[in-house]
Amino acid sequence: MVTEAAVWGALAEIPDPEIPVISLVDLGVVKSVEVQAERVRIEFTPTFMGCPALEVMRRQMEDAVTGLGAEPVVDVLLDDSWSTDRITAEGREKLRKAGFAPPAPRAGAPPTLLQLQKPVHRCPYCGSTETRLDNLFGPTPCRSVRYCTSCKQPFEQFKTI
Amino acid sequence: MSAQAQPRTELLLDLADDELILGWRNSEWTGIAPFLEEDVAFSSIAQNEIGHARALYGLAAADLGTDADALAFDRTPGEYRCAPLVQLRLVPDWARTIARHVLYETADAVRIERLKEHEDAELAGIAAKIEREEVYHRLHAQMWLERLRDEERYAGAVEELWPYALGVLSPELRPVLAERVGRPEVDAVDRSAPGEEFAALWDEMTMVRRSATVGAQW
Repeated sequence: MVTEAAVWGALAEIPDPEIPVISLVDLGVVKSVEVQAERVRIEFTPTFMGCPALEVMRRQMEDAVTGLGAEPVVDVLLDDSWSTDRITAEGREKLRKAGFAPPAPRAGAPPTLLQLQKPVHRCPYCGSTETRLDNLFGPTPCRSVRYCTSCKQPFEQFKTI
Repeated sequence: MSAQAQPRTELLLDLADDELILGWRNSEWTGIAPFLEEDVAFSSIAQNEIGHARALYGLAAADLGTDADALAFDRTPGEYRCAPLVQLRLVPDWARTIARHVLYETADAVRIERLKEHEDAELAGIAAKIEREEVYHRLHAQMWLERLRDEERYAGAVEELWPYALGVLSPELRPVLAERVGRPEVDAVDRSAPGEEFAALWDEMTMVRRSATVGAQW
């Protein structure tokens, strides 16, 4: 019988379809893994609801479980149990190295325009906080676009949600 | 009828239809927005709204024994429940587009806040998840409101669309919206059978689905 650890190990090998530097486990979208005899139940918490990568993630998780010789059951949780705070410390570091500024931690309240416009967000290239918000929206729903006035580099900032 | 008492499926379809159709209307700016950043913003907001619609249709579909695509695309135009505000085709008028954006996002916030308190845990959960993303829509709307609030064309557009904005909400939530927007409550343009402007959208939106062979997989 497959073990929970083996399933987590296999899931940790699956890259995020849109940001392949981090795995689905780094991204924090796997809420739980439960082995019931030959069946493996995974609770999957989607990131952004309109993200086209969700179906791909789901299929890849099913394939990973099938590859271990078990029968996958992926339950999609449509509640707010995923937030960017679920991205692991390792995942955040991988994002930064790939040029994506990791999301700021969630404060008690949702972000305000004033906070996002403040030059406190760090450039993933040079580390300066002299950065400005260029667009709340970016190439995918999870990202904003900022510009570093120190190293003159535009960069993508993972939104805090 | 209070939001708490409205039947679950009706409530889900009202919300899902609003998000789907607004998403569609927002996507009409893709490629032709006044500048690139807004092209990206409106496309991204459209994607989010359609994502919300998909999840909401999914819940409604489970209740009705069908699937999300069937609810989104296989109903006749007369069966959609979306508010008249989201049906309006506003391209290429940016002032009216921003006025709708500001008004819709403000109204939507009122209704999502209420839904987060719903006794049905599934509804409360999905509302909380939607809210995480809607925060960014509101920030974007706020940014534009700050730029345009003193412009005559914008003010005229808000005046015109205000009765439509009230029609997004059930009657007991309308005073909350009026207070947030700082306008008097007037007669709302209520949900009713969609008109010709919607029929044209429906025709375009469902064209691929209608032309596909039965049993096609997407």
